[in-house]
Amino acid sequence: MLGFFLRRVLTAIPLLAVVSFLVFSLILLVPGDPAVSLAGQNPTPEQIAAMREQLGLNDPFLLRYGRWALAAIQGDLGRSLFTSQTVWADITARMPTTLSLVALSMVIALIIGVTVGAVAGLRPGTLIDRAATVAASVGVALPYFWTGMLLILLLAIKYPLLPSVGYTPLTEDPVEWLRHLTLPALALGLAPAAIIARQTRAALSTVMGEDYVRTARAKGMSPLRIVGKHALKNAAVPVVTVFGIEASRLIGGTVVIEQVFALPGIGQLAYQAVFSSDFPVVQGVVLVTAAMVIFINIVVDVSYGYFNPRIRQS
Amino acid sequence: MSGEATLPPGGAAPAAGPAADETERAGASRRFIRRFASNRLAVGALAVLTVMIAASALAPWIAPYRMDAIDMAHRLSGPTALHWLGTDSLGRDTLTRLLWGGRTSLSAAVLAVTVATVIGVPFGLIAGYFGGRIDWLLSRAADVLMTFPPLILAIAIIAATGPGLITAMTAIGVVYAPRLFRVTRGATLSVRAETYIEASVSIGSPAHRIIATRVLPNILSPLLVQISLMLAAALLAEAALSLLGLGVVPPTPSWGNILGRGFLEIRSTPQLMIWPGLTIALATLSFNLLGDGLRDALGREIRKGD
Repeated sequence: MLGFFLRRVLTAIPLLAVVSFLVFSLILLVPGDPAVSLAGQNPTPEQIAAMREQLGLNDPFLLRYGRWALAAIQGDLGRSLFTSQTVWADITARMPTTLSLVALSMVIALIIGVTVGAVAGLRPGTLIDRAATVAASVGVALPYFWTGMLLILLLAIKYPLLPSVGYTPLTEDPVEWLRHLTLPALALGLAPAAIIARQTRAALSTVMGEDYVRTARAKGMSPLRIVGKHALKNAAVPVVTVFGIEASRLIGGTVVIEQVFALPGIGQLAYQAVFSSDFPVVQGVVLVTAAMVIFINIVVDVSYGYFNPRIRQS
Repeated sequence: MSGEATLPPGGAAPAAGPAADETERAGASRRFIRRFASNRLAVGALAVLTVMIAASALAPWIAPYRMDAIDMAHRLSGPTALHWLGTDSLGRDTLTRLLWGGRTSLSAAVLAVTVATVIGVPFGLIAGYFGGRIDWLLSRAADVLMTFPPLILAIAIIAATGPGLITAMTAIGVVYAPRLFRVTRGATLSVRAETYIEASVSIGSPAHRIIATRVLPNILSPLLVQISLMLAAALLAEAALSLLGLGVVPPTPSWGNILGRGFLEIRSTPQLMIWPGLTIALATLSFNLLGDGLRDALGREIRKGD
């Protein structure tokens, strides 16, 4: 299991190298001389020269990339042009917020998705199944940022049950942490929940017809244990696949959700960096989010081996 | 390359297929229409989209007010006889803004999907048809692009080039391209193994003609489904970017920036975020249902009565 995990990590290294090269190349898209555009309003020649020096623009491109990548491996992503904080410090300070949001969205998606999917899949064709199918279609199509706004309207303004802005760290107050993240995580998790519900329903209704389920039933195993032990474990592979596919959309969605709910995460950092043309910060955020997507996909791949040992062999 | 490749293009080229092939194809399309028409949800979705596209296209003629007309006497009004969907904080008619916004939002979505198609489909055909090293290389390139969250890459590109919907949606299209690439490649791989391709190869048809006349028509179904679903995703991406103020520049309306402005008034006039949100949700739901309907109608799975 560990060997499989390590092998997957190794194959991710060249991928990350190419990704980092593309991220670094983004600066080529800045029209004209980046030093002029990034040196602020009406820069003096000295400021431009200083900016050229800071960006290392006097060296050949490949050399600049090599230097940047070497530093990035050691956790040095350069300095913000705006706050003169290191980019790494900016990102690590905001990482817990975004990771909490993404993790909680996934948990919510899993709980709602598997519950709805299981209830529907065990009674195919009934009214409850059809209601769940319609709900899933709507859930997939609902714009997550609008869902967030509706949740604010309903649960923060009309019935003030939960806060609609701000964040409390988990280490400070777990209850407030959860209260602040519930609405944004619910908004972000609803679409994946709907997709998971579809997958669970489809997988369950297939699995329930299999011979080993009939055998278990004949042995007198309780329906709840049949579902838990046999059916759900077999439905797990398509469900975790959803996380692999949805990871990049979920992480991209944090930018908008963090803005709607005023959460100080890395999405908000990227958003502010765009408006202050803080290019090193933008590059840092793109690199870190791409690495997050790669990591989630490794975890998904490795979990296949747990849910279905046959995959590990091949 | 055989001698056939030297035939002049156009008129002298042989017809798409023998007569039997033609009638079979006509039968297939009749069957498709029959199956699609029996799916009420998909037909409803198509009707909704047709109305939305027509209304947006005709906005200059059917909108009740001028695009930027201001009615200061009726700011933040609810639905009235004068303003069916109310007005925003500047006294602009919401219905008018939504009609005009549809032009921006729908064409932005089409732009992104067109970029994704133009990149993804040809490379997918090449990778799936030729296989080998070129397939390996293109597939790895797709893997790399897939690791970028579309919205974050679009924001990074906007950081470099400045706000603008065209750049932003082109970027979204580039990040979506691998998804179409994978669908095209997969479908091409399975068509490649069919006997009629082998037959075309053995009579010496050049690869580009086999791809254009034999492979492409046979992979259109999964492509259409994917394109329809992708339009929904692109519409959401446009809305998200404009909501953040990174897409279309005001005062040009788009569904996203109308929603963004409306959200600012959520405490006093919540309907300002209800209408644009509802419009976006209805459009994405319709594209999704249309995609599902196409999948069912074009699918090769067991047909009733066969």
